[in-house]
Amino acid sequence: MNEFLLVFRRDFQSREEQPSPDQMQEHFKNWKNWFGSIAAQDKLARPLQRWDGEGKVVTQNKTVLNGPYAEIKESIGGLIIIKAADYEEASEIAKGCPILDLGGNVEIRMAF
Amino acid sequence: MPDIGSGWKCRDPDGILRRSYLESKMSSLFYEDIFVKIMEEGELLPHLFRTEYQKMVSVLCYRFGIEHIEIAQDIVSDTFLSATEVWSVKGIPENPPAWLYTVAKNKTKNYLKRNSLFEQKVSEEIRYKTLAGEELEIDMSHKNITDSQLAMIFTVCNPNISGESQIALALNLLCGFGIQEIADAFLTNKEVIYKRIGRAREKLKEAKLKIEQPSQSEINNRLETVLTTLYLLFSEGYYSTSQNTTLRMDLCAEAMRLNYLLAQNENTNKPEVNALQALMCFHASRFEARTSSNGEIVLYEDQDEKLWDRELMETGEYFLNQAAKGNKLTKFHLEAGIAYWHTHKEDTLEKWENILDLYNHLLILEYSPVAALNRTFALAKTNKKEQAIREAEKLNLKDNHFYHSLLGNLYTDIDNEKALQSFETAWKLAHSSSDKAVMIKHIRRLQNWRDYSIPE
Repeated sequence: MNEFLLVFRRDFQSREEQPSPDQMQEHFKNWKNWFGSIAAQDKLARPLQRWDGEGKVVTQNKTVLNGPYAEIKESIGGLIIIKAADYEEASEIAKGCPILDLGGNVEIRMAF
Repeated sequence: MPDIGSGWKCRDPDGILRRSYLESKMSSLFYEDIFVKIMEEGELLPHLFRTEYQKMVSVLCYRFGIEHIEIAQDIVSDTFLSATEVWSVKGIPENPPAWLYTVAKNKTKNYLKRNSLFEQKVSEEIRYKTLAGEELEIDMSHKNITDSQLAMIFTVCNPNISGESQIALALNLLCGFGIQEIADAFLTNKEVIYKRIGRAREKLKEAKLKIEQPSQSEINNRLETVLTTLYLLFSEGYYSTSQNTTLRMDLCAEAMRLNYLLAQNENTNKPEVNALQALMCFHASRFEARTSSNGEIVLYEDQDEKLWDRELMETGEYFLNQAAKGNKLTKFHLEAGIAYWHTHKEDTLEKWENILDLYNHLLILEYSPVAALNRTFALAKTNKKEQAIREAEKLNLKDNHFYHSLLGNLYTDIDNEKALQSFETAWKLAHSSSDKAVMIKHIRRLQNWRDYSIPE
């Protein structure tokens, strides 16, 4: 078994991309079930951690900007570390990630 | 007051009792003999044995230290032996517990006077604690009894000894269970339990643990182990395949009593203690309903709701509210929440969504195959069975008979042939006869369906 980092990104900024409150409620339920599903397979490598949505960005000239989405639309919504045999399995798991329903994506990286 | 000072000498021409007093190796045999004798004595003595034995043992152990558990047990057993004899001649005293306490105190004093080894080893410390010339006092006040019991719970539930040994020792020391009873509960023989308890005692002695009031930091560090042992004790009674229902109920009641002791003490009255109490109350409320008159397990869906104990459910709710004080969320909270929703018989979406959510949380907190399987069952109730089947297949629990029984459940009405095959695999993999019996019930149901659906 290897460990994989799954990073979820989506556009949290553009108004037209944001879900309605009802959609959001459904969306949260999907997240919980997705985490529950990974945990039920005993493939959660680390306890879950919640991350603040505000964030900061430090740029090349060392200015600190508010919000992670200062210059790019997409930002990190969260990350988890899972157990999987290979990239193929990790990708299969990532296919269930609810961020995809809201136009986001999942970046996968294997740990050494 | 009857003369109990040196009575045991005359009653014991072969010196068996005396030897057992002096040789700790004999003590469990001595205990067992007396236990059997007491259980034959009408109703009062067995009842008192259940309630008072462990109190007196705790107080004496608390006083003597861990090295002398056997002596404490012997003195208390001997006290009960005196009761069987004196009461049958002189009648039952006005206040039986008080009589037992006084006799136990006197026997302890006599023992201390008589036994020089003990005198040297223990009395020195005790003498140091008591004022010069003052007579040794064994404090049998309510406060000291509960203090002693709390200290004993924290001593017995020690991570140095294996879980099953902790339970055996807890049953013997903290609950006054006989060796045969413990063996029955574990579906094993007396020799195994003797060994288990003996090893556990040795471990405790080796670790040189002091039986004392746990400090606040010890409570923080050790409470989870203690609660886990108490929950194991409860589960032993609840899920045991032993046919002896009274015994199984006693096990559950003892676990609840010990945990209640923790809830009553201001130092240990923590949210997780209340959560565990709630969990045990909710489970226990279905105790009657989950076994049929011929001893078979009745599945949740088939249980007669009228047999569910409303009072215990309400008590459970009270403790669940108590558990919500503070900001801690432990696995006991989550399991109590799940058990709470199971006290609602009706299948509503709200019920199963809550249960699914609680199982998600529980699994994220701590993986267990049982929780994984139950989560998938809840998913079938909130979403579609097909989705639950896909989730089940990811679980990688093919050696677990509950996995196949879950698949059997999920495939029923979707693909009954597959359901039948799954239950048959579950039957092959199941160990206990009661688990096998449940599988046979499912298999028969599906075979009936097949027989009817085959065209003539």
